Amino acid sequence: MQEHDMSWVRTEMALAQPAPPTERGAYAWVRKNLIGSVGDTILTVLGIAIVVWVLPQIINWAFINAVWTGPDRTVCTTASQGGIQPDGWTGACWAFVNAKFGQFMFGTYPIEERWRPILVAVLFVALLVPMLIPRVPRKGLNALLLFVALPIVAFVLLVGGVFGLPHVETPRWGGLLVTLSLSFVGIAVSLPMGIVLALGRRSKMPIIKWLCVVFIETVRGIPLITVLFFASVMLPLFLPEGVSFDKYLRALIGVSLFAAAYMAEVIRGGLQAIPKGQYEGADSLGLGYWQKMGLIVLPQALKLVIPGIVNTFIGMLKDTSLVLIISMFDLLGVVKQNFADPNWATPQTPKSGLIFAAFVFWLLCFGMSRYSMYTERRLDTGYKR
Amino acid sequence: MASQEILRGEPSRGSFINDPRIRSLFFQTLVVILLFSSIWWIVHNVIENLQRLHIASGFGFLKSRAGFDISDTPIAYTSDSTYFRALVVGLLNTIIIAVAGIVLATVVGFLIGIGRLSQNWLIRKICTVYVEIFRNIPPLLVIFFWYSGVLAVLPPPRESIHLPLGSFLNQRGFYLPRAVWGDGSWLIGVALLLAIAMAWFVAHRARQRQRATGQQFPVFWTSVALIIGLPALAYLLSGMPLTFDFPKQSTFNLTGGFWIKPEFLSLLLALSFYTAAFIAEIVRAGIRGVSKGQTEAAAALGLRSGPILRLVVIPQAMRIVIPPLTSQYLNLTKNSSLAIAIGYPDLTATAGTVLNQTGQAVEGVFIMMIAYLVLSLVTSFVMNIVNARMALVER
Repeated sequence: MQEHDMSWVRTEMALAQPAPPTERGAYAWVRKNLIGSVGDTILTVLGIAIVVWVLPQIINWAFINAVWTGPDRTVCTTASQGGIQPDGWTGACWAFVNAKFGQFMFGTYPIEERWRPILVAVLFVALLVPMLIPRVPRKGLNALLLFVALPIVAFVLLVGGVFGLPHVETPRWGGLLVTLSLSFVGIAVSLPMGIVLALGRRSKMPIIKWLCVVFIETVRGIPLITVLFFASVMLPLFLPEGVSFDKYLRALIGVSLFAAAYMAEVIRGGLQAIPKGQYEGADSLGLGYWQKMGLIVLPQALKLVIPGIVNTFIGMLKDTSLVLIISMFDLLGVVKQNFADPNWATPQTPKSGLIFAAFVFWLLCFGMSRYSMYTERRLDTGYKR
Repeated sequence: MASQEILRGEPSRGSFINDPRIRSLFFQTLVVILLFSSIWWIVHNVIENLQRLHIASGFGFLKSRAGFDISDTPIAYTSDSTYFRALVVGLLNTIIIAVAGIVLATVVGFLIGIGRLSQNWLIRKICTVYVEIFRNIPPLLVIFFWYSGVLAVLPPPRESIHLPLGSFLNQRGFYLPRAVWGDGSWLIGVALLLAIAMAWFVAHRARQRQRATGQQFPVFWTSVALIIGLPALAYLLSGMPLTFDFPKQSTFNLTGGFWIKPEFLSLLLALSFYTAAFIAEIVRAGIRGVSKGQTEAAAALGLRSGPILRLVVIPQAMRIVIPPLTSQYLNLTKNSSLAIAIGYPDLTATAGTVLNQTGQAVEGVFIMMIAYLVLSLVTSFVMNIVNARMALVER
């Protein structure tokens, strides 16, 4: 009866075989990603058509046919328009950007005083870069310098009037200087204001809660232009006779109030995401309200909503371009103002200037969003699913 | 019971300063006093300033003659009309641009968002590039780009670019054939309404029948046939009253047809392309938010890819998509106020002109705020209804 035991156990692993040739290498990738099905193939052909149609035009316009330097409009116009280019030429007029670069950066800030904004920018970068790199120590001191000392130094340097520095009125500021200073101060003001508003909205005191709700919802319901109108035409009426605000300051107030309302909603989201046990734990330790919020709740809540906060910053940087409607000249405003310069009025000027401005804004916003994604990954402490 | 009675008694406290209720009362009283005194101060200053500048307050100015022209008027308006009518024209223009922008942005945004999830590498990359470019540029800059960068350098009317369907494009705008509704064309409208009602009825009955018997009915094709067929039939029966007025080229300009001004066109393109980038991200997040198990379970039940998308993925994705989509619609409506930068007469632009002419800043800004708040509330209300229909019914 005893038969051979047919069972067999393999004691060595089989050697791994390479994937079949249809599943590896460039061919498999193309098959999977470009020509997976009939519909896919049609889409690929369509996509290639778009790329082939658009890309050479862009490269031609922006690089090959572009004019990089030149004294005035003649280099960027065709013969029939009174220039030196052959008829039918189209290309970017980077010569315009080149010639106006100083204005795009500083507006009409006096040329002999331009070392001041440059110095502020250098200080800003010198303080910002170590702030952004997590490994660099002494973050507290760094933050203090960046958010407290730098604004004071920058104010003294940019406005002047003391220490023998000539006074430069804010109407002479312009370009990237206005864009960056408005958004930096806006960020520095709107974050604490947003925190206070968010805490107020979650407060148990009904009057404070409703005041915050009304403020947040009203500001979020109206466009920034209306807020800027409010700041530019109504604030002067609110003040007693003789007291008047600088236009720059008024725009700053408008932008900060607007951003604070959005910031408050972002932070409220973070506050709501903190489990109740954290609040109760803090209470049971005998912490007061501000200790509880400052030491336990806010550090966790803010960490959760970093992407939202950075998105609000990005929105704010983009929104500062709106100050041109109350006739202030930020980067976009200066670029647009220079279209009217008869020395440079060509059909290519507006496109070139705007694409340059778009590139600057894009770099700043894209950089911020990438950095926030990096921080989000680094700080991910497991709250998110 | 007895223990509750004991607990209800207040525990003794060291000092009333530490009583949270007294503290909260104190702080709130303080805030109210501060608030009212600052409001009083502001009102006092405003009244004094207005008297000094000899500006009458109140809304009486709304009845006086406006005296300025508006380039786009959806309702009859001349410079002899009242300020009130000017503001209404502005409000209507805002609504027109907002609705058109929302429709276009939704279409483009959904296409790009789905494109970012495509199997196709090339399409995915193209859509990513689009989103990353448009998300990071101020909308105002995009508006200027279309307005002074693209549309302003188009050829003059004499060298208009011919487009299909008898439309033209030149630096003065976009010219389309205009539909001329002749006598009896009301029949077409009635037929269309009737067709929609019938399609709804068919869908309703088909759903009932499927629940009762399990038999399916081709609702979609029936509805298409009804909605196209009935108005076409009405068109033929009423003697073909619909004709088209094509734009014609004359010596200096184009005459006839339907004229879309460059201001409107650049505003519409900029707003919808900008918002579409955000909508695309929302759609992508929504579809990716539906767990893969759902798709696999549906496939295991034997559904094909079309029905999986239509019956399983999209209804669940919409729940994630609709709330942020609403705030994008609100943003688009608010961003339409950028029209003022290129001179499209929307609410902000007309109210700004009225404000400058009359000097009644307080009333002007107040009207603007109220109008936008109402618009936002209406949009939120409509989207909340949609959301309620889509939301998960929890038992």
